[in-house]
Amino acid sequence: MQWACISFPQLALDDVLRQRSDGVAPLVLFEGAGSRARVCAANAAARHHGLHAGQSLTAARALYPRVNAVEHDAAAVERCHDFLAAWAYRYSSQVCRTFPGVLLLEVRASFRLFGGWPALQAELRRDLVALGFEHRIAAAPHPHAAMVLAGARDGCAIEDAAHLLDALGTLPVGRSGLDASCVESLQRMGLRRLRQLFVLPRAELGRRIGAQALLHLDRLRGAATHALEFYRPPDVFDRRIELPFNTASHESLLFPLRRLLRDFSAFLAGRDGGAQRFSLAFEHERGAPTGVRIGLLAPERDPELLFAIARARLERTRLPEPVCGLRLVSDELPAFTPTRRDLFDTRPQQAVTWEALRERLRARLGEQAVHGLALHPDHRPERAWRTHAGTDAPRASSVSRITNEPLPPRPTWLLARPIPLRERVKRILAGPERIESGWWDGADMRRDYYVIETASHQRAWAFRPAGDDGPFMLQGWFA
Amino acid sequence: MSAILQPLIENGRLWRGQGTAPRHDALPTGFDALDGVLPGGGWPHAALSEILFPADGVGEMRLLLPALATLSREGRPVVLVAPPYLPFPAAWIAAGVDLRFLQIVQAGEHDAMWAAEQCLRSAACAAVLCWPRQADTATLRRLQLAAETGQTMGFLLRPSAATVQASMAAVRIGIETGPTRLRVLKCRGGNPPAQAVALASLAA
Repeated sequence: MQWACISFPQLALDDVLRQRSDGVAPLVLFEGAGSRARVCAANAAARHHGLHAGQSLTAARALYPRVNAVEHDAAAVERCHDFLAAWAYRYSSQVCRTFPGVLLLEVRASFRLFGGWPALQAELRRDLVALGFEHRIAAAPHPHAAMVLAGARDGCAIEDAAHLLDALGTLPVGRSGLDASCVESLQRMGLRRLRQLFVLPRAELGRRIGAQALLHLDRLRGAATHALEFYRPPDVFDRRIELPFNTASHESLLFPLRRLLRDFSAFLAGRDGGAQRFSLAFEHERGAPTGVRIGLLAPERDPELLFAIARARLERTRLPEPVCGLRLVSDELPAFTPTRRDLFDTRPQQAVTWEALRERLRARLGEQAVHGLALHPDHRPERAWRTHAGTDAPRASSVSRITNEPLPPRPTWLLARPIPLRERVKRILAGPERIESGWWDGADMRRDYYVIETASHQRAWAFRPAGDDGPFMLQGWFA
Repeated sequence: MSAILQPLIENGRLWRGQGTAPRHDALPTGFDALDGVLPGGGWPHAALSEILFPADGVGEMRLLLPALATLSREGRPVVLVAPPYLPFPAAWIAAGVDLRFLQIVQAGEHDAMWAAEQCLRSAACAAVLCWPRQADTATLRRLQLAAETGQTMGFLLRPSAATVQASMAAVRIGIETGPTRLRVLKCRGGNPPAQAVALASLAA
């Protein structure tokens, strides 16, 4: 096993920054309310002005009055972490997001696909830069070692146990992931580097620092394993962006929209799926959100394509009020079929099977929308057919029974229920043909059927109740 | 013959003013007189064919049924998208259609165009029939492109009033009544014949 650790040193800050188009303006996150509000993170521009984590918000405002202050939202950070796990899932099937601000990926199994660690690492970094996340990446044979190395040496990759021990040995105890009190007591003992700890007799060291810290050291070296809980991607994408300002202009909605669709696309790529339908909701301060439903001909996940479609739809949508939030929901995530074709396949590349097509039609038009027809052995036209939902073929016996009888010609089209024949009758071509049936099931019928040519040369199949000379009722067309 | 021109002529996108059009792969309509005047010798594959008829029951389906029967017996679905009436199974069986491969899609006017496009594009169907009532040129163009990409035969059945509307369809045939005659209004790959085609078997 080879574990890659991606650590996000400023996840909460990045989560806020990437939703804003003015990412370079000074911005701080704060926790707490009123006078107890404290800065918990500051972006580079804010740090340049002397703002830093731990300051009170009042002090920060005094140093730089125009600073953007955003309240820290732990739930949003969790959602962001989930999103990153979904993104990482495309590079490895074993992704662990248990530890805060950190993702662990088993990468050895992915080397063949991505072309080794250097290529994979480059790909991870490229994605994270595009998504807008500060990151540090390290790889090691054990998950805890990877985590410690990611914190200490960005970009470090260690494959074998001997090198790992060397690399860990040079780390100061303060960076080893041990808790603060333990680090302090070790430093008082004059133990500065992990190397010094590793050579100490285990039992004696354990007595000094406790079983928990000893277990941590074992995990670093891989002597003890830790059962990790792996991430499972959800089947629904539901993400919301709170806009930093209310806007009614379509132009200023494009940036958050593009960001949202990029996340969506990253999520889709992670589960190797595409989206066929999704809905956007533009939330207003008052009133119901304006919804835009977007349906596609085929599952897609290309962010530019999704953005182009969503943008086209947005431009045609009238927003009754300024928008304060944006939400994207998609629960219909079919498998994505990349365009590829068999060398000898003469069918076009977007070909789908009839079954897949039927599902797609039913998804939009309703469960009953697609059906086949079968003959039913009954003389009454209303009962001479049955619809059937799909592949179940009509029974051959019933077909042969009725087709073997020499019946007069039947019309191509049948009206679901007869209507009075409005067209003027020019002449009667055939008939009457008496159809009398159904006395046993309550739908008794005695009719004389005629083939009629109307004044406009249509050929109709119409009937009169037996023994009646009244107007014709139209039942079908010889189309 | 130039290497550039030859494929264009074979595809029927370019044709010469005189001489016989090259006979290539098309589905015979089942009516010899009509096959004789259509450039490919029948309904074109991977394209739209348009039937314009003045009223229900003048032979618009009898014109198509032989071709549909052939296609359904090949074992690929023939799809009717939002047909105006219910197909009467006895008549379709009598015409030789294998009912197992006849599929009906129920849809409203707008959804019907979407469904027809999906069916044409999917390449899962042998033929798609639809009855657009007020389709604009853009919609028809989409259908034609879908038929080309999906390599599927599309049949549009439209009222005669639509004759004046420009159409992307490869073949347009108007049905005239009393006596029943077919007027080929357009056929890609050749000049439409000046004379209407009388079809006794269609009128019968």
